[in-house]
Amino acid sequence: MTAVNPTPAVSQSRANPDASIRAEGLVKTYPNGVQALNGLSFSVASGSVYALLGPNGAGKSTTVKILTTLSRANSGSATVAGIDVMRNPSAVRNVIGCVAQKSGVDANATGRENLRLQGRFYGLGGAALEDRITELLARFRLSEAADKIVRTFSGGMQRKLDIALGLIHQPAVLFLDEPTTGLDPEARAELWEEISRLSGQIGITILLTTHYLEEADRLAQLVGIVDRGRLVAEGTPEGLKSELRGDAVHVEFAQIEDESRVHAALAGVDGIAEIALEGAGVRARAQHGASAAPGVLAALDRAGIKAMSVRIARPSLDDVYLKHTGRSLRDAESETAAQTKGGKR
Amino acid sequence: MKVISDSFYMTQRHLMALMRQPFWIVFMLVQPVIWLLLYGQLFRRVVELPGFQTGNYISFLMPGVVVTSALFGGGWAGMGIIADLERGVIDRFLLTPVSRTAVIAGRIIAMCISGAVQSCILISLGFLMGARYGGGLVGIPLLLVSAMLMMAAFGALSNALALVVRKEESVIGASNMLLLPMTFLAPIYMAKPLMPGWMQKASLVNPVTWTVEAGREALRVSPNWSAVGIRLLILLIFVLASMWVATRAFRIYQRSM
Repeated sequence: MTAVNPTPAVSQSRANPDASIRAEGLVKTYPNGVQALNGLSFSVASGSVYALLGPNGAGKSTTVKILTTLSRANSGSATVAGIDVMRNPSAVRNVIGCVAQKSGVDANATGRENLRLQGRFYGLGGAALEDRITELLARFRLSEAADKIVRTFSGGMQRKLDIALGLIHQPAVLFLDEPTTGLDPEARAELWEEISRLSGQIGITILLTTHYLEEADRLAQLVGIVDRGRLVAEGTPEGLKSELRGDAVHVEFAQIEDESRVHAALAGVDGIAEIALEGAGVRARAQHGASAAPGVLAALDRAGIKAMSVRIARPSLDDVYLKHTGRSLRDAESETAAQTKGGKR
Repeated sequence: MKVISDSFYMTQRHLMALMRQPFWIVFMLVQPVIWLLLYGQLFRRVVELPGFQTGNYISFLMPGVVVTSALFGGGWAGMGIIADLERGVIDRFLLTPVSRTAVIAGRIIAMCISGAVQSCILISLGFLMGARYGGGLVGIPLLLVSAMLMMAAFGALSNALALVVRKEESVIGASNMLLLPMTFLAPIYMAKPLMPGWMQKASLVNPVTWTVEAGREALRVSPNWSAVGIRLLILLIFVLASMWVATRAFRIYQRSM
């Protein structure tokens, strides 16, 4: 695990000679002045699953768009499967599959027609293509619905078709941009299973972006935390979590409290650190959660802040995120949402 | 060649979608049929003016209605690509090695095929209403060819506009602003010698004029073939230029991403 310094970011894994994806110093500023990437660097080893974790607007989708040749970086360089994405975009397109954040299925065609057209673009045809289509439909349990119009599919089925489309030509590298966003928990769990199976079976390299900590934790061998267009930390999920000493203490208030009041109340409590307000509650880190909790509650009580509940948890990736960016994922999300007024990038 | 095979599969995609909603073909005919009925009645007697070479206004109007219908069909074509943009379909295509030209060409070819079907229905309706086509079996196909060339060119430009502005309202606005005046600045409803001088001059650079003149000439009993040929050639160049513009528009679209 490597914690990356915000300025001249040098990641150990970038030296990896057989990395399947290598991005160096990517900078992207949109015409409206929004800086989406601010020198992002990372690399992904062949055959592994790498998750870029961060809130909406952190630059994850922009990164995927640059690596998949849809968009161009203002500066920096990137290779996918050893091919330079800026100099040779058409060669890159032959070896990658991509499942964009927004579904790209043709709702007015059947599942099979969608897959057939996609296959044609890669020069596939004949019995080989039909066999591949049948195989993919079976793998994603879409065989029964194969000849129905995609408009009638559930969200989960459409998402699975999206992934099947990205796999039709057996790509060396698969990009999954927030694959489970907007799915119900059941469909999400099913998709996670499919993605795990994929990476286990066919030795494909997968770059996954997500703002679900659980997703990164569960699927990826390596996690890169992105904040405001740069990589702020990188490591295995376990490694990142073990960096944190102690437990997370989370107190829920009866109402939203003033930030300075909460900080003043908790300033004198022994053994707690990294105090951060989160909605109508506060999150802090304690060496021993169980022994720190009574002191925290007493201090809040003295300050006249009413606590509804207290929760003590072992470190999660959310805590890792908080540690490296100074804010929780949820706060970062609402912050970017306010900045971009709901605009998607 | 990849551009040809990709265009073929893209055309197939759009024709399949159209065949699943065949009522669209009829729905698109409502407006031209209204023109045919209303203008056909309203201007029935203008043929009595010197300058018309026919005594039958419906026969004069008919190629104009076919051309106008094709013009509007082409002008609105950008709406289709906006729907695909919103559904993420275009982005998915751009991530594959598919020929960019084919992404546009497939839409245009499918549109022209449905446009030709609509034109045939209109030509038949016109016949029932008393229009006569002197050029017959050669003239009607040539009218279709000229109308479809113009439709293809405007369809490509409409797609280009849609890729750049990516808003339905803008495509609707631009089409409304541009297309209706273009039909009046061409000898659609009125013979050219009867149009005001400045309108006659403006009509010379109007692709709608080239199209309707090619079609009308081809429908005459003894057409001036070189007049037909030169207009079809100009229309073909117009199509190729518009296709080039539309393919370039993908770059502008991707630059904004």
